[in-house]
Amino acid sequence: MPRTLFQKIWDAHVVHRRDDGLCLLYVDRHYFHEGSFHAFNMLRARGLKVRRPDLSFGFGDHYAPTRARSTAAIADPEIRGIIETFERNAREAGIRAFEMADPRQGIVHVAGPELGLTLPGMTVVCGDSHTSSHGALGALAFGIGASEVAHVFATQTIWQSLPRQIRVTFDGTLPEGSTAKDMALALIAEIGTGGAQGGAIEFAGTAVRALSVEGRLTLCNMAIEAGARTGMVAPDATTLAWLAGRPFAKPVDIAHLRSDEDAGFDQEVRLDAGRIAPMATWGTSPEEAVPLSGRVPRPEQAPDEARRKAWQRSLDYMGLAGGEALADVKLDRVFLGSCTNSRLEDLRAAATVLKGRRIAVPMLVSPGSTSVKRQAEAEGLDRIFTEAGASWEESACSLCVSMNGDSVAEGERCASTSNRNFVGRQGRGARTHLVSPASAAASAVAGRLVAAEG
Amino acid sequence: MPEPFTLVTAIAAPLEMSNVDTDQILPARFLRRPRDERYPTYGFHDLRFTPEGAPREEFVLNRPPYDRAGILVAQRNFGVGSSREAAVYALLAMGLRCVIAESFGDIFFSNALKNGLVPVRLPEAACAALRMAVTETPGAEITVDLEAQRVDGPGALAYGFTIPAFSRDCLLRGLDEIGLTMTLLPEIAAFEAARG
Repeated sequence: MPRTLFQKIWDAHVVHRRDDGLCLLYVDRHYFHEGSFHAFNMLRARGLKVRRPDLSFGFGDHYAPTRARSTAAIADPEIRGIIETFERNAREAGIRAFEMADPRQGIVHVAGPELGLTLPGMTVVCGDSHTSSHGALGALAFGIGASEVAHVFATQTIWQSLPRQIRVTFDGTLPEGSTAKDMALALIAEIGTGGAQGGAIEFAGTAVRALSVEGRLTLCNMAIEAGARTGMVAPDATTLAWLAGRPFAKPVDIAHLRSDEDAGFDQEVRLDAGRIAPMATWGTSPEEAVPLSGRVPRPEQAPDEARRKAWQRSLDYMGLAGGEALADVKLDRVFLGSCTNSRLEDLRAAATVLKGRRIAVPMLVSPGSTSVKRQAEAEGLDRIFTEAGASWEESACSLCVSMNGDSVAEGERCASTSNRNFVGRQGRGARTHLVSPASAAASAVAGRLVAAEG
Repeated sequence: MPEPFTLVTAIAAPLEMSNVDTDQILPARFLRRPRDERYPTYGFHDLRFTPEGAPREEFVLNRPPYDRAGILVAQRNFGVGSSREAAVYALLAMGLRCVIAESFGDIFFSNALKNGLVPVRLPEAACAALRMAVTETPGAEITVDLEAQRVDGPGALAYGFTIPAFSRDCLLRGLDEIGLTMTLLPEIAAFEAARG
């Protein structure tokens, strides 16, 4: 029977199958961050130990300060306490954790793949919704909650029911200036934040094949914003070349890691990559996105009454009337970072735009990992950013989730390369516009929402 | 360990918003806090309180009798976004035991099941009818019967729903999955041994 890539990896990891179809899957790789304290508390309450400390890796990212690398330098006692707890829990369980002063530290979805800890054909979980990112390497990867984290620690397995199989095909060639981020935003604008709910997306098509692994990580990262449990890309020569020489990488046979020719998908979505322009969100849901060359929609253009009300609520929160050109929307600041867009390729794209120019509004740059930061500095990207007037800081989740002390002030408008423009995501009352790294850089120079030229 | 859930009859509150993400259910700045006596104030915090800390009367869960609601009737895509299980802890701390919605974020749905907050999926029209009924009669109760997988609302409103069998069994008995999975440890060990 022909199977999808997802089904093949799934089948290879079934430990136990119940009569109702629910499967106990073996977990090859488990990542965790500072939010894991609930799970460790659950283990303690039950007197349970971590079954396979060798298969879990911790990364300090959510609470790591953007402007310091030492726990002692953190002023907020709650944040300091969370980081200390994370480090102590990992140590006591005998698990390797890359704390903020470690050169291998980084945002879990940037640093994990970069270290070669995520490989094709693996099952990967983490108590973070953007775990879908790791599917870019041909892994079956999804985010889980704290109870599931405790379950994985205790048993190295997880209960799952087979999700609906979805294939999203990007035909054609992406125009110059458009990126994987724009592909993701165009897809979500098309199918909605619930469009892939309960499903697993396999990204396919010539435009996906043409993406670097960095681009594929961005695309799979945003699969969750379309409602999917995961996104994945079948591994190929690009994948293997990218993995070669990474510290934890091992040789993998990828010949069978692809969907069979006649494998059945429950849902097929096709987009013409040639028509995807640089995008930006205007509202408070990732589906509220339009090309940067366009205008903010008016509520009366909404397809139905429920949507009209939602759009009005979004516009009110965003301080927009509807109908204005995005290029006329003035910004207060720009954020370049997050597990979506903080890899070397992203920093290079932004630096290319900024070279020899000055920014008009404050811009914070937080590289995805300490290693990305070092590589960027070796290339001189840090000087381009600082000479343009941007703040070149340390690796952390930072303004994507605003848990480490960084935040956008109430009423301020921020162009951000992160993944969620939710109400309050970057701080209470903060207004977020999601864009690609090149668009973020161009917008920082213009002080308005614009795409990079040429 | 979650509290067993068999049948709950409670005041239901209508939430006229779609795409309620977990950042709105529990803003990120509360994630570092322990589950102590302050927890009941965190749920929907920025919708419930002004920046100065005053309750917003326009938010449904601040208005009597909805402030005593045990059931929330929402729209589509409830609980999308971040995987934070603490969003479920926050709803439980507010006294909610069940959320009825057209659809849920996948991870939220799974987190709710594991903590005794029953997520009930009903069609759009059923959710709309229930919201209208509890809006027209504030304080009207809804009964959610997990054993029969049935929702009974005001008047003659009645709907069947389904919850995955394994989760339903755990909820009814107040069991968590770890205990059940531990009985399969020999199979897990055999799987590990077979892979070498």
